[in-house]
Amino acid sequence: MKYLDEYRDRRVAQKIVDEIKRIVTRPWVLMEVCGGQTHSIVKYGLDCLLPEQIELVHGPGCPVCVTSLEMIDRAHAIARMPGVIFCSFGDMLRVPGSNGDLFKIKSEGGNIRVVYSPLDCLKIARANPGKKVVFFAIGFETTAPANAMSVWQAKEQAIQNFSVLVSHVLVPPAVTGILDSPNNRVQGFLGPGHVCAISGWTEYEPIVERYKVPIVITGFEPIDILQGVLMCVRQLEQGRAELENGYARAVQREGNSTAQKMVDRVFRVCDRAWRGLGVIPQSGYGLAAEFADFDAERIFDVGRIHAVEPAVCMSGAILQGLRKPLDCPAFGKECSPENPLGATMVSAEGACAAYFNYGRHLVSISALAANG
Amino acid sequence: MCLAIPGKISALHENVGVPMAKVDFGGITREACLSYIPDARIGDYVLVHVGFAISKVDEEEAARTYQYLSEMDQLAELHDGEGDSSDEVP
Amino acid sequence: MTCPVSIMQRKNIVMGHGSGGKLSAQLVRDLFLPAFDNGYLRKLDDQAVFQAGSARLAFSTDSFVVTPLFFPGGNIGELAVNGTVNDLAMSGARPLFLSAAFIIEEGLEIDDLSRIVESMARAARAAGVSIVTGDTKVVDKGSADKLFITTSGVGLVPDGVAISASNVRPGDAVIVSGSIADHGMAVMSVRESMEFEGAILSDTAPLYSLVEAMLGAGEIHALRDPTRGGLATSLCEIASSSSVGFEIDSSAVLVREDVKGACEILGLDPLFVANEGKLVAFVAPDSCTAVLQAMRRTPRGSDACVIGRAVNDHRGMVLLKTEIGGTRVLDLPFSEQLPRIC
Repeated sequence: MKYLDEYRDRRVAQKIVDEIKRIVTRPWVLMEVCGGQTHSIVKYGLDCLLPEQIELVHGPGCPVCVTSLEMIDRAHAIARMPGVIFCSFGDMLRVPGSNGDLFKIKSEGGNIRVVYSPLDCLKIARANPGKKVVFFAIGFETTAPANAMSVWQAKEQAIQNFSVLVSHVLVPPAVTGILDSPNNRVQGFLGPGHVCAISGWTEYEPIVERYKVPIVITGFEPIDILQGVLMCVRQLEQGRAELENGYARAVQREGNSTAQKMVDRVFRVCDRAWRGLGVIPQSGYGLAAEFADFDAERIFDVGRIHAVEPAVCMSGAILQGLRKPLDCPAFGKECSPENPLGATMVSAEGACAAYFNYGRHLVSISALAANG
Repeated sequence: MCLAIPGKISALHENVGVPMAKVDFGGITREACLSYIPDARIGDYVLVHVGFAISKVDEEEAARTYQYLSEMDQLAELHDGEGDSSDEVP
Repeated sequence: MTCPVSIMQRKNIVMGHGSGGKLSAQLVRDLFLPAFDNGYLRKLDDQAVFQAGSARLAFSTDSFVVTPLFFPGGNIGELAVNGTVNDLAMSGARPLFLSAAFIIEEGLEIDDLSRIVESMARAARAAGVSIVTGDTKVVDKGSADKLFITTSGVGLVPDGVAISASNVRPGDAVIVSGSIADHGMAVMSVRESMEFEGAILSDTAPLYSLVEAMLGAGEIHALRDPTRGGLATSLCEIASSSSVGFEIDSSAVLVREDVKGACEILGLDPLFVANEGKLVAFVAPDSCTAVLQAMRRTPRGSDACVIGRAVNDHRGMVLLKTEIGGTRVLDLPFSEQLPRIC
């Protein structure tokens, strides 16, 4: 497949790794922001190939992981209501709330549908006029235009039995939050490639200015990630702190203005609670007033939600790159993908889940590197 | 996050006034909404996320960067010879 | 492999218990095994082999609940015949007789049932088996998803054949008979919301003639047909049963380009996607070349390839060399893979 296969080429990967090894002179801590980048790193074993001086810490860019427990409980409460068809991306199906996950609700009689595209929910709504179709609209800036379109089309086509439960989050405030932390160790960032395909990178320029950290917009395939690491390490070795585009085939500075216009029409920026990180001001999207009729939070009265996180979970520290999954005493024991205690284990993109699913608790990185 | 896969547009059509495309991924085709890439043409490569084209692949840029990466070891030798480790990324 | 908490701590069965991953294993380990306990069951092979007079018989059962009933390349009926035929073949047994039990939801169109039954008849003839006994039940509308079929089968294990999941030894070659993930993606192509167009067909097929050719060519230690849970699940199970490690080269695993495309857009890993007409063989190193050649001469094994080997290290664990030269561990998932957006 073009624009995919060549970015998984072993020889090119080795060349980039060799170049990184050639130029690196001291330890550096880099953070890849996106969960999809974390997934790629662990799936392809990229960190095993990098020189020891490069430490990759995993960022909070997993919208599933950072959806607040309170919002998940709200989603589950709606899913349990009679007459509701609850639609969700596959990623959210196994995320447990305070009382089970959507699969459990399905086993108890809930009507739960996995969708690939938000537009599929509109088809389901038209096919089931007697039911209330609710779509769990999660994601970062990348998914917002798609989710926005579903609401827009619902209004255009007067689909009255459709609503969305919005839990969008934005990346730049999270990155700033990490940099503001007194214990921050991150010296350079691999920026979110697909988020920036939509939003562009203008919001990251002031971050680079203020905090003097390199940010390299990075893609998701192994070659992209290695290229991002190389560009970031180069800057650090040369004492530079700039915003660079390491995903030039997909990202331009201004991003996708058509998509941005739709997002600005349908959503409003609001404060948002991030699981593991707490409330970050102006870090999320909610529905604009014009589309209030489609807001599931307004339509469904779920009563008071009181969500309590397990105390032992350290996903907050992990999401900020302050700790690693293997640092957690509960990792692999009380906490596993089957029984996740917190944000970073609940989704396959979360650092803890990625480590677990790819066997990091069974074999150390050095052993994997030796095997390669 | 944000699984977006590159595919080639093989056909264009409309669905209740919304511009759509058939996009080819290695031999299977899936429908994608083109509202956000209004100037897309048949033969273009686009990144598709949850059934929406979110970005067009800049094929020239891709070729340029990829060539640079593929020849990186040769460039490294050049730089070692000159004693200069800095390099502008295209 | 860390063990999940006991099944008895849950209140309800969830879909994951049927997915072939860790939850399924837990259900067997904590509920069925203790209740039915015996030496045959404890082996956890896909079939039971026992002595009956001077003959060794293999006995297996499988139920089929696939939805939709019809998908590109086949239907539930063919799966039901080939599935049990293959379970028997994986012990080296020649499949002989099948039973077929039908649980039919009230309202199923007789035309559909007729098409399915015709397919079963054709599949049985192609596999050289007879369906000799059966049962039919009809349940109220809503009590079954259109049609469930259970097939059980008996076959005859030739003398001298000793194939079992626990027989793999360090040094054994791991051979896959062809491309993976075809069946799972063929079914996915007609699932609500996931649909796509293309030429992916289910690979459902009987495998005994392939197995027979392999048995004649060299020393086979174990065979598995990687159905639900995919190739990765079979490798993990055998690693555990035989207490060996595996080193697998992911670049050697054959995936059709269009199957790969479908997996990419849905975020699925082909290693965990179901197959219905493929086998993975664990072959003595000296026999590898001969067995591979014999496979490639048959229609079902023409794309056979070596994908790795069993090793004495990291026993019970499967290590995968990735496309770019890194390494990762392959582990059993807890339940079925779901399409993802992240």
